[in-house]
Amino acid sequence: MARAIWKGILKVGALDTAVKLYAAVEDRKVHFHVLQGQTRSRVRQRMVRDTGEEVVRENIRKGYEIEPGTFVIVENEELERLKPPESRNLETTRFVPTQAIGNEWYERPYYLGPDDDDSNYFALVEALQKSQLVGIVRWVMRGKDYVGALSTEGEHLLLIKMRYAEEVLPANGLTAPSSAALEPKELRMAKELVSALEGKFEPAEFHDEYRQRVLNFVEAKAKGKHPRLPIIKERTTGASLDDQLTKSLAALKRGREKRVA
Amino acid sequence: MREEERRSRKRPKPEEHMAATQTNGRPFWSGTISFGLVSIPVNLFAATRDSRVALRTLGPDGEPLKRDYYSPETGRDLEEAETVRGYQTGGKVVTVTDEELERLAPEKSRDINLRVFVGREEISPLYFEKGYILTPADKSGKAYRLLAEIMELSQRVGIATFVMHGKEYLVAILASGGILRAETMRFSDEVRKASNIGLPKRKRPPSTAVEKFHTAIERLSKNTLDLDEMRDKYAERLLKFIQKKRAKHRGIAVGNETPRKGPGEVVDLMEVLKRNLNQGRKSKTE
Repeated sequence: MARAIWKGILKVGALDTAVKLYAAVEDRKVHFHVLQGQTRSRVRQRMVRDTGEEVVRENIRKGYEIEPGTFVIVENEELERLKPPESRNLETTRFVPTQAIGNEWYERPYYLGPDDDDSNYFALVEALQKSQLVGIVRWVMRGKDYVGALSTEGEHLLLIKMRYAEEVLPANGLTAPSSAALEPKELRMAKELVSALEGKFEPAEFHDEYRQRVLNFVEAKAKGKHPRLPIIKERTTGASLDDQLTKSLAALKRGREKRVA
Repeated sequence: MREEERRSRKRPKPEEHMAATQTNGRPFWSGTISFGLVSIPVNLFAATRDSRVALRTLGPDGEPLKRDYYSPETGRDLEEAETVRGYQTGGKVVTVTDEELERLAPEKSRDINLRVFVGREEISPLYFEKGYILTPADKSGKAYRLLAEIMELSQRVGIATFVMHGKEYLVAILASGGILRAETMRFSDEVRKASNIGLPKRKRPPSTAVEKFHTAIERLSKNTLDLDEMRDKYAERLLKFIQKKRAKHRGIAVGNETPRKGPGEVVDLMEVLKRNLNQGRKSKTE
């Protein structure tokens, strides 16, 4: 059982439902520390003047560099005042088709669970599934503005925190690389190769094998062992695109297409 | 301090709000994308940037400060070369080098091997973590274009796992407008199930309530996102406030212009990408 991290009122037009917010992802990263090479103790950090003299946290101020060397100082109280007013409301501003949201917008998922009354909650789940649309939600949580995408996962509400417009690169600003014209033969072979590798997306089939390998390695080292590691071979290139495609298809025909690393 | 914090700090902060992103113009990862026995050298760049207003840390008189790493025993400053990456286990400390991390998975550290091509809409947005743009490298223009074209025609995305800076990622390779993108995704064991959280099982809601919500949804239905609504309002308020203070000549500190530690080159991410995408253009031979 996970603990809710926040409670709010999700509003859709004139309707609402009380919800609790839960983190949908778990951190499973292997965490390293920065150590001093000789003593192996953890390094510390501090803020210093040019002269190397330390300035303690209480005396630190923040400033925006308007031109090199010139700052507009922003006091902590001023930063506090600029924060959005606290609110418990999650406001749905519009609903859009899934395709209207590019993958690059999605940042971090949260589940919304019902708080007390669940009849409105499950009514919204069903209505959302029926409409096949995604809601755009704005809310303020712990002094920060958020924008998110409201959809369903299984029989529950899912709210994915989205990136701000400024954080996403404009898609139309870039031009595709060009090259020598593609030969019909290359296109045909590549198409054959890709269709041979077609399948369903099964997330559970992919595992982070590397995480375990790193953990085994550090544990072995801690026991004083020196595990042998493979030597990195230099990449060999050379074969033409045509050759690579022909060989891939030949390998496919020999039934060895699934070259699992 | 955690190692990844240091890594992220090593990358300089954006100098100019929103306009530029310091990346030194270098790719975040370089390697190959492969499918079958076809191998395409690529460079990988972030497709996202920070919207936060970059505030500098100043001393009591408004003098710019810098971050300094030091030894807890001697209080002495440490250069980067004097530090190592460490892991604590059972009271022991083990050090690990970049080379060891790479040699733990030599193939996956260098190659994104597309194992399966799936329909775009099969992937729940729950998995998506961060977007990157891939640019052709080593005269790979033609193979790059071929893969982009085939994926767009077939409406498929390639799925792989690969290792980048000491972490394995599940990744989707997508093509749009002739450009290859990579979206890192979470592994299924990093994503919680609603049942593990303890969310209640579905109860059949009253159909009148469903109808009411459905009508409310339809009423708010639009075809596209409103970009104006997606903006970082806090960053905008803060910038406006700073401009106002500047106009009134309040809170202005003039210090000596001090060069920053480390590479200070300001590079616009869009410019870096344009330049790198263009490289395939110059090499029309392969």
